Parts: sequence; C-alpha cells; structure tokens
Amino acid sequence: MPVEILKEKFTGKVQEVVLGATKEEGGTRAKTVTLGGSSTLPFMQYEGEIPNRPAIAFEVWDIKPDWHECFEPYYGDVWDDPVAWAKKVEGLGADVIYLEFKGADPELENSRSADDCAKVAKAVLEATTVPLIVQGPGHPDKDNEVLQAVGEAAAGENIALGVAEKDNYRSIAAAAMMGKHCVIGRSPVDINILKQLNIMITEMGIAPDKIINDPMSSGLGYGIEYSYSIMERTRWGALIGDKMMSFPIVILAGPEAWRAKESYAPIEEAGPGWGEQKPRGIMWEAMTAASLLQSGGDLVLMRHPEAVEMLKKHIDDLMKPNTY
Amino acid sequence: MGLTGLAIFKLLPKTNCKECGVPTCMAFAMALASGKATLDQCPYVSDEAKEALDSATAPPVKLVKAGAGDKVLEMGDEQVMFRHDKTFYHPTGVFIEVADNADVAAKVEEINGLVSERVGQTYEVDGIAIVNASGNADTFKDAVATAAGKTDKVLLLSSEDAAAMEAAAGEVADRKPILNAANADNYEKMVEIAKKISAPLVVKGKNLDDLADLVGKIDYKELILDSGERETSKVIADLTQIRRQAIKKRFRPFGYPSIAFTTEEDPLMEGLQAQAYISRYASVVVLKTTELATLLTLFSWRSNLYTDPQKPIAVQPGVYAIGDVTPDSPVYITTNFSLTFYTVQTEVESTRLPSYLIAFETEGLSVLTAWAGGKFIGEEVGPWLKDSEINEKVNHKRLIIPGGVAAIKGKIEELSGWEVIVGPREANGISAFAKLKLGA
Repeated sequence: MPVEILKEKFTGKVQEVVLGATKEEGGTRAKTVTLGGSSTLPFMQYEGEIPNRPAIAFEVWDIKPDWHECFEPYYGDVWDDPVAWAKKVEGLGADVIYLEFKGADPELENSRSADDCAKVAKAVLEATTVPLIVQGPGHPDKDNEVLQAVGEAAAGENIALGVAEKDNYRSIAAAAMMGKHCVIGRSPVDINILKQLNIMITEMGIAPDKIINDPMSSGLGYGIEYSYSIMERTRWGALIGDKMMSFPIVILAGPEAWRAKESYAPIEEAGPGWGEQKPRGIMWEAMTAASLLQSGGDLVLMRHPEAVEMLKKHIDDLMKPNTY
Repeated sequence: MGLTGLAIFKLLPKTNCKECGVPTCMAFAMALASGKATLDQCPYVSDEAKEALDSATAPPVKLVKAGAGDKVLEMGDEQVMFRHDKTFYHPTGVFIEVADNADVAAKVEEINGLVSERVGQTYEVDGIAIVNASGNADTFKDAVATAAGKTDKVLLLSSEDAAAMEAAAGEVADRKPILNAANADNYEKMVEIAKKISAPLVVKGKNLDDLADLVGKIDYKELILDSGERETSKVIADLTQIRRQAIKKRFRPFGYPSIAFTTEEDPLMEGLQAQAYISRYASVVVLKTTELATLLTLFSWRSNLYTDPQKPIAVQPGVYAIGDVTPDSPVYITTNFSLTFYTVQTEVESTRLPSYLIAFETEGLSVLTAWAGGKFIGEEVGPWLKDSEINEKVNHKRLIIPGGVAAIKGKIEELSGWEVIVGPREANGISAFAKLKLGA
C-alpha cells in the first residue's frame, strides 16, 4: 500500500541573514555565514528547503570567565586575552565568534571603556577570519556606548550587535543601522514580545535581513520546554508567512547549560545517579543544544569544545537527505 | 472527535428514549461529539452504527499497554503534533538492550541500579530489551527467564524467529512483554503468539509503504510501529509521518504507538540520537548504553517535553527541612513554583548548612510573577508567617527572602514581627550568601 506522504504546505520561510563580509563585500572575513532560510519544520527536508545548516558560535569573553575548572585545559592559556581566545575558538571550529564584553560592566572595578572595547573588537577581527557577534555588558547605558563604538570600529564587517531589548532597542538598533551591521533582538521567553520587538526594530528602518532573534533559551531541566514551545510556535509563524516571526534564532546552549548544577557539580556534590562531572557537563550542554535545535534554532552559542564536536556530528546526521 | 454531533445523530436510534440520561438523541449526539459521553450509555445503538462511531471517535493514536503490576508502560493515545497545542500524554519508554548471550543476570542488575534523582523526580529505565543475539532459541528463552526473575521492569523480547519468540514468550506470558518484531515473513505466527498472551507486538516494515501494508494484513490491535529505518534523519521523518498521518489524516494503519532504535556507538552520541527520537514522537526508544550522563540528560529532556504546558507545576506549600535541622537553622522562603522551589532547594542543600525552606503558596507562580500578581507580597507573607508552624521549629525570627523582591521586606517585618534578611537575587548566589552571611 503506497503511503501518500503528508506534507504541510507552507507559504513562508525563515528570513536569511548573512553574517560577516568578505573583502569584495567591504569587510575582511574569509567567508560569510548565512543563517535561516528554512521553508520547513526543523530537519524535515521532504517538505521544503533547508539551505543552511545550524551554525555554531563559541563564547569569548573580554575578561577571565568564572567558568567551571573543566574549561581550564581548553581555554586556560588564552582566557586572559580575548584576541588569543578568539583565535583559539576559530581553530576549534567556530563558524562565528560571540564576543561578550562582560568586563565593560560599570559596576566592576577597572570597567573597560567603550573605546577599549572597540579596540578589542577590532583586534579580534584582525586576528580571525570568521564573522563576529558582539554583546554588551548588559547594562543599558553602557551597552549603548560599547555597541556604538564597536559598530563604528567594525564598519564594513557586517557583525551582529546584541542585545536589543524592548526597553533599550533604539540606540542599539541605530548603532547597527549606522555601521550596516545586524542586530540581535532579545525577548524574555515571550512570543508576543518577540513579535512586538521585531515590529519596533523594523519600524526604525532596519532591513529584515539584518535581524536575528534571541528568545532567551532556558537550559535543560530548567524551563527548556518553554523555550522549545516558543521556538516551535515562532517557526510555525514564519512558515505560514508571518514576517515578524521569521527571523533566525540564536540558542544560548552554552551559558544556560552551565548555570545548572547538573552540569558542574563534582561527583561528591552530585545528586544520586548523576555520575562523573566530565561526561555529564558536556552532555548537559550538548543535550540542551540538540533538543532546542529540534524546535528550530539557526545559530547555537556553545562553550565546551567536546560538546561542539558532538553537536556537529549530530547535525551532520540530521542534515542527511530524508526526502521520500 | 472525528465526527460532528449531527453526523453522529444520524447513526443513533432517534427514539429519544432518555435511557442514556439526556433528554434527546440529538443532545446525546452532541455530548458524544464533545467527548462528554460514551457510546455504551445508549442501550439501543445498532452494531453497525457502533462500529462506525467507534472508529470515528477512537483516539487517533491507540493506547497500547505493556508490562504488569506497578510497571505498566502506557504508549500512544496522543492527540497533537505540538505540545503547545494541548500536551503530550505518555512519555517515551526508555529501554536498554541486553544480548541473550551476555551475562544477562549481571546486566539486568546493572540496569536495575540505574536510578537518578533531580528536582524531586526519580528517573528509572522503563524496560529491558532482550535481544536474541545468539540466534539460538534455548539461549533466548533462558535469557528471558533470567531477566524476568531479576527485574519487574517491562520486558521487550527481540527476535524475528517465531519459534524462538514462542518459547521465550511462554516464559513471561503474565508479564505482557513487547514482542519485537513481526515482519512480512513471520507475521502470521507472531500475531498468533502475541494474541495468545495479549502482548503488544512491534510491526516492522522495510519502509512506510511496507509498514502500512503489513499492518493492513494483521488482525490485531495491540501494535507498535517500526518503519525499519535506522538513519537518524530518516527515522525522524518517518516518526513524524506516522504521527501526522494518524492525527491529521486518521490514516488507520499508522494509528498506533511507535518505536525507535539507536545506532550510535558512542554512548553520548547515542543520547543525542535518542533525544531526536523522543522529540519526534517515539513511544519507545531502545538504547544500548548504560552511561549515566546519557540517561540523566535524556530523562530530563523527556520530563521537560512531556510537562503539561497548560498548568504551572507546583509543590505542596509548607515548611521543608533540608538536612539535619536544629532550632538555630536558618529559614529561607521562596514560592511553590516547582522549578523555583527545586532550584533553591538544590542550592540550599549544597551549602551543607541544615536549613528550613518555606514553599509559599503562590499557585505555582515564580517569585517575580507572584510578586507582580500580588501573591508573594508582605501583606500575604507577613500574616502567614506570624501564625506559621515555623515559629515552633526555630528559636529565632530571621527570614531570608529572594533578592528580587527586596521591596517586600518592610511589610513582612511589620506584619509578622520577624526580621527579614534580603538574600541573593538568583538561586546560584545562595552558596556565596550562606558562606558570607550564615557562616556555612
């Protein structure tokens, strides 16, 4: 009995957003990365196109991070120097570098100045060849200052500036527009705010192919199901033609997974049946990423190199043709 | 579900006898359509109408059960493609393979011992899949008997040799094992064996077409579907098609639970593969690994995915003792939203300082939401605290509140007579807080 394959008939698709710019395009990247473009549900290649596989971004901080000691062997030699660190993650297979200016937090002693942030961003661009995302310290006024300075310094490179939220999006979006960069719009696990923010950013005159969404993913075991469902609804919205729900999505797997005790607790402090920290931590991050990819992520922010290696293999398997 | 009230009405006797408890056949038809009544309430319905109505009102994915006693695994009976459309009802059963020519007793005991706990939940492997790797019927039968004696988990018997299956199934007839699998060559005999012990039977096709064909030939309803595909991307496509055809098209051959088998050799990669199958609707997933990191993350994901999105999950409000508490132990308060509560509980535990933790009744809302909604404010917490049982448990009156709601400090103090200490904003700050402020 031949089974008639039941295909959803979609009219829309996820917006394609290009990160980075090559020499010909006015930048200095060796190649660009395209996010989004899917006209089907995640990995269901038999009913639409998936022109771009999910890309991997690595976290790089401008100050030494307070991460678990298991990261020391990987980053211990570079985490005092964001430029060396960025170079290293490029070698580890980063499609994109996600540079966070935690050190620019005005509450810190010796808080990094906006000009200095711009210099670091510029140096990272010079030392690497992949596209760059830059995030401010998460302090509204300082974010504006930092992102404006970085946006100017990186003119032509088509980086992404983040994160623009409902209450502070104007100046960040303006900085992105000024330098012809992309902007990441963040909404607090709320689909209505996600859409509203996209409308507001678009109304400022930002082109659709310059917008990325960060719906603030939660980690495995700690509310991931809310993110999963919001991302499923967003993808559905994109596929049925809602342009304001169609922007590519970034999943914050690394930072969220490593907030959970399950990822970092040594075996002496672990719960019953948790096992050794090493595989557990890697797996907590990889599982967070892989689960959310099933609901429609286009860029995954990762931390542990071994989790990345696993995730890449898993994506290879998911991207093998499954058309009937 | 499938039929409108009017369509059902046409099939009813139309005598308005009222014996079903409602005044007219039309009203009864409406009640049937909305799932508020069942057909057996009508004493006069014709067999013909009954069959038509049964199939139309049957759930799109049949409920199939395996196992006996306390360890019954319910599979299927799902109604939606996306959890946000309603909810997913029956969490994927996680099975681990044991080869019949391995040390079955030892392996089964190892699997029995794979129990993990987090956020107040206990995770256990649901079943054991005994695989006829030896190809020998006696070895298989003995292995199944050994496993049955060692565990009360659900059993899955894996052999395509009908004679071997018959002998092994006879050993565990009262356990309602899953029989894996019927194929184009052996299905007649396999169905007979399954029927004899009322056990669920896996039907394994070569692809979706072949699977539909095979199901069509089988006169038995306790089925689980396997498209035969083993490549990750194709398995998720097939699982999605099976579910979608059942729900959106009511394609009867696919109206059963489904099963998937991992192929990855690396235990951690196997976890990601199994995750994809759980995410894409598998009712059962069979793994090889016993790696704790794989199981802990997989069970956590399953638990998250199958959480009912329609209701906030709450813990019983009240005073919880963490560790070996004394009258000097510190007292923390948070809301009774389970995620919040368990996160705080885990962090307080890790301070190693015995403490009391109050889960305040906020109807399952998180701290800031409950505060904004007027459920976690001084006017609520203060009077409650004044009369709470905690006053008899400790010899001090110092309450630690979440930093995010520092604003409620004054009102609580005024209304309860307790001193309020503002704790950290995030649960992961509790360790540092306890060290600094409580001498932990």
